[in-house]
Amino acid sequence: MSEKVEYGTAGRVTATRAARRAIAALCAAQGGPVMFVQSGGCCDGSDPMCFPGGEFVLGDGDMLVGVVDGCTFHMDAEQYEALGRPFYLLDVEEGTPGGFSLAAGDGLHFVTRVEPPRNKTS
Amino acid sequence: MKYEPPGRPGSPVDVAPRYENFIGGKWQAPSTGQYSVNLCPATAKPVCEVPKSGAEDIELALDAAHAAKDAWGEASTAQRAAVLNKVADAIDAHREELAVAESWDNGKPVRETLAADIPLAADHFRYFASAIRAEESEITEIEKDLIAYHFHEPLGVVGQIIPFNFPLLMAAWKLAPALAAGNSSVLKPASPTPWSILKLMEAVGDILPPGAVNVVNGPGAEIGKALATNKRIAKVAFTGETTTGRLIMQYASQNIIPVTLELGGKSPNIFFNDVAAKDDDFLNKAVEGLVLYAFNKGEVCTCPSRALIQEDIYEEFMGRCLDRIRAIKQGDPLDTATMIGPQVSKQQIEKIASYVEIGLKEGAELLAGGHRPAVGGEFADGYFYEPTVLKGHNKMRVFQEEIFGPVLAVTTFKDEAEALEIANDTLYGLGAGVWSRDGALAYRMGRAIKAGRVWTNCYHQYPAGAAFGGYKVSGIGRETHKMMLEHYSQTKNLLVSYGTKPLGLF
Repeated sequence: MSEKVEYGTAGRVTATRAARRAIAALCAAQGGPVMFVQSGGCCDGSDPMCFPGGEFVLGDGDMLVGVVDGCTFHMDAEQYEALGRPFYLLDVEEGTPGGFSLAAGDGLHFVTRVEPPRNKTS
Repeated sequence: MKYEPPGRPGSPVDVAPRYENFIGGKWQAPSTGQYSVNLCPATAKPVCEVPKSGAEDIELALDAAHAAKDAWGEASTAQRAAVLNKVADAIDAHREELAVAESWDNGKPVRETLAADIPLAADHFRYFASAIRAEESEITEIEKDLIAYHFHEPLGVVGQIIPFNFPLLMAAWKLAPALAAGNSSVLKPASPTPWSILKLMEAVGDILPPGAVNVVNGPGAEIGKALATNKRIAKVAFTGETTTGRLIMQYASQNIIPVTLELGGKSPNIFFNDVAAKDDDFLNKAVEGLVLYAFNKGEVCTCPSRALIQEDIYEEFMGRCLDRIRAIKQGDPLDTATMIGPQVSKQQIEKIASYVEIGLKEGAELLAGGHRPAVGGEFADGYFYEPTVLKGHNKMRVFQEEIFGPVLAVTTFKDEAEALEIANDTLYGLGAGVWSRDGALAYRMGRAIKAGRVWTNCYHQYPAGAAFGGYKVSGIGRETHKMMLEHYSQTKNLLVSYGTKPLGLF
């Protein structure tokens, strides 16, 4: 589940084929795009939470990290800075989604893997 | 000694193949007709099936809670306290059973559940039984013949969503104050740990008035959302990560109801050089204080996951700590000699492994652990990860993000000012530890660290009576203290005039 696909993505997030298949299935089921919010802290802290598009109300302190197949990926800007402006690879793994996140299919959840920075300017 | 796993001959715990939701004092099958398999983290084998409930089950639980709330809210504080004390007695009477069930459901070693989780849960009910008896309403004489009465009234029905790391203790932290204040509750356990709470309800369910406590298991996206968005709850309490915390506040804002949130941390544990001034019990205690990062396999919101050691004692002090870390016994959580059990789920070990990899890529030095251990026999597939130590600096990701595993990030500091700067250089502010023989220094640090709980010359103690909660993004509200009663109460003011003269305005 970890072949990397950069096609169809923008910004600092890419997605594996498995993640893109899960996103396509969710979008079809929801009748529109989903959104991702990278969480922090406690039990499911490092999970990317997946919600129906627009479910999570974004504020001025949130940033758009990237777009995957028309689905936006956000995180708190201070968290983004504290974590050294990471690049994320969205993937799918077995397991229960954290919090109120949508599953990435039966028995699956989304995960983010961190890619090393592409340059040293950050 | 070793306890037999639940369900086997000689075990203190029985296991049914399938459990239901606990609603209105009865066991009710989920409206969905669906169940999910609950795995034991030590073996990766099924323990039992639990409901995969839907939004309709939340409505049923809310019906039961609303049916119960008036009688429970109007019960005298003596009656409510008596019920809470009976719950505590029942927890004590089932101590071994609940400790073993908790250990098997979550993976935490039974030595911890026997000594901490279960006794603390019982004590929590006793504390709030006492607190509600001692609570008084206030009366103010605003002026002669004008009196303000302030009564505490229950909120009604509250929604409570708890995490996987201390399933029973977090249930106690949430339920005891809510019930003491006269509320009824709909509680959603965390998906990885749905079962031990059902064993708790088997033990205490008959003591509680039907509907006062309702437990519904299922996916957060379905039932967590159905509960948090529901117009029939008067308050929501949540422990977990920041995104869900924000979402819960967002839903609460739509219903204009209060929230309490406890959202994690990246707690600094600071060791000043005078801890090593003598080779005595205190130094030994401080070494243990550092190693407490492995308590509950690091799955603690207040895990002291950043150790800050004054540079002139680093080699000696860390050497002692590493000796202690290497002596940590890992394996069967039901063996009372075991100090660290498996992580709660497969995804947790994968997350931990990825963080260790990130840390090493960032240039951190691996001082201990860093691998999945070979734990043989029936635990070969369990979710074990070695107690790990990474040395680096505070700007590294492993110092900034909560890993929720037995991974310590250690660094050094020159002086008090630098220790404080590093300690506060985090988004979180839940816990902190300060270790020094100099009381004035420890006090200054404790007051200057932006965290809700600063353990001073101790760590990981959670007595009822000491307020617990976060600064910064670590949350809103305080638990484990009688002030929690305010979070579960309305204030009713009667402003009463005993005078007879009109105002004279009209």
